[in-house]
Amino acid sequence: MSINNILIAVIAIIVAPLLGGLLTGIDRRITARMQNRFGPPILQPFYDFFKLLGKQGIAVNQTQMVYVLGHLFFAIGAFVMFILQQDLLMLMFILAFSGVSLIIGAMSVRSPYSKIGAQREIMQMMAYEPVLLLMVVGVYKATGSFMISGILEHHQPLIFSLPLVFLSFLYVLTIKLRKSPFDFATSHHGHQELIKGLTTEFSGTQLALLELTDWFDLVLFLGLISLFFARPWWVGIIIALASYFAEIVIDNISARVTWQWMVKITWVVGIGAALVNIVWMYLIP
Amino acid sequence: MLKIDLKNFAETRIRSFFKEIFSTVRKVNGMGIISKSRKKSPWVMHYDCTSCNGCDIETLACLTPLYDAERLGIVNVGNPKHADILLVTGSANKRNAHVLKSIYNQMPDPKVVVAIGACACTGGIFKECYNVLGGIENVIPVDVFVPGCCARPEAIIDGIVQGIGKLDDKAVLMKQEDKGLTK
Repeated sequence: MSINNILIAVIAIIVAPLLGGLLTGIDRRITARMQNRFGPPILQPFYDFFKLLGKQGIAVNQTQMVYVLGHLFFAIGAFVMFILQQDLLMLMFILAFSGVSLIIGAMSVRSPYSKIGAQREIMQMMAYEPVLLLMVVGVYKATGSFMISGILEHHQPLIFSLPLVFLSFLYVLTIKLRKSPFDFATSHHGHQELIKGLTTEFSGTQLALLELTDWFDLVLFLGLISLFFARPWWVGIIIALASYFAEIVIDNISARVTWQWMVKITWVVGIGAALVNIVWMYLIP
Repeated sequence: MLKIDLKNFAETRIRSFFKEIFSTVRKVNGMGIISKSRKKSPWVMHYDCTSCNGCDIETLACLTPLYDAERLGIVNVGNPKHADILLVTGSANKRNAHVLKSIYNQMPDPKVVVAIGACACTGGIFKECYNVLGGIENVIPVDVFVPGCCARPEAIIDGIVQGIGKLDDKAVLMKQEDKGLTK
């Protein structure tokens, strides 16, 4: 770990939330335009963030903040591993820790909305974790290494050997970003059957930190998409932004589904597509 | 003796370091990032006491594409723990007074209450009913009154914006309460 790596990590930790916040703001603006509204300013997520920092701190119990910080720091850890081109498999495990931390935090309160939201989040993790792991397996099969640096040194972009894995990864991205039709853990609009689901009992600074974590996650996942098109790097970024736009479109044109439907379809189609891709690579090397 | 001196020295250094951090935080706050953000992102929570739904429909009309309250950062959150502004329609009665109080108490400071419509302001035509307590000001402190039967969406948005103007004063009050200056 040289001083250079530390410098890169620090810069990335500062830049990522700015980027994630801007992307979220653009998301809200585009969504508003799609609904024929004017929409909030691009900087709206930052206004929300700072306002939440200035709110009175109400903690439901003493351990709640620990889980929120765990959620944030594991997400930052995963992001730093990505920036420093570390082990992809380890990154996925740390990301899972981040998700579990949030679930435990939501389970630690007595609100039934929060608990049902947490259970739905568990269903979501159950749906997307196998696909993420299969993606890592596919990457290993293609490049012979779990390291992200190995992907970048690979002689051709991953998309040529892993097209189906990429499609199932895009599908999983909708679940991970909690976009409609899979937004049932925390509904976008807080006056529905679960109020705000998972985040119902988090307020003020805690909610601000949850939003910060979402920004880190967003940037990390767009980064993972761009890995599939890693050479040259700007193609990857353009494709990542295009897939983010596709997510926004899907978010706006679809209604929420039930969790049974999501688990069934994700396991059959998502895992199916990824497995077919990997088996194909074994059969035709 | 030398050790103790070192300890004192380290303590003063650490204390001055933290003092510096706090003063920079206060300066940044004084520049008004949080205060500005507070004005730009008021999340509203709408509670219907015993309204005839006229004012409710007008309140929700503020969120439609025609008025689009989200361009001012206004989001209808439906969760008192996330809300800054409580919009109340309809008059308070003996059954819903404790619900209203509970919602008000769950909102973190700084918070503002806007009473929408004649009923919420004064009790309206239900004022003389045997179970009605009158306007919601008899239950919780109200900051802005938006009269009308029903109140127009323009008037409601104006009421919210006037409520936003009061948020900073509320934040000052909140800080004083934390220090134990009031109460």
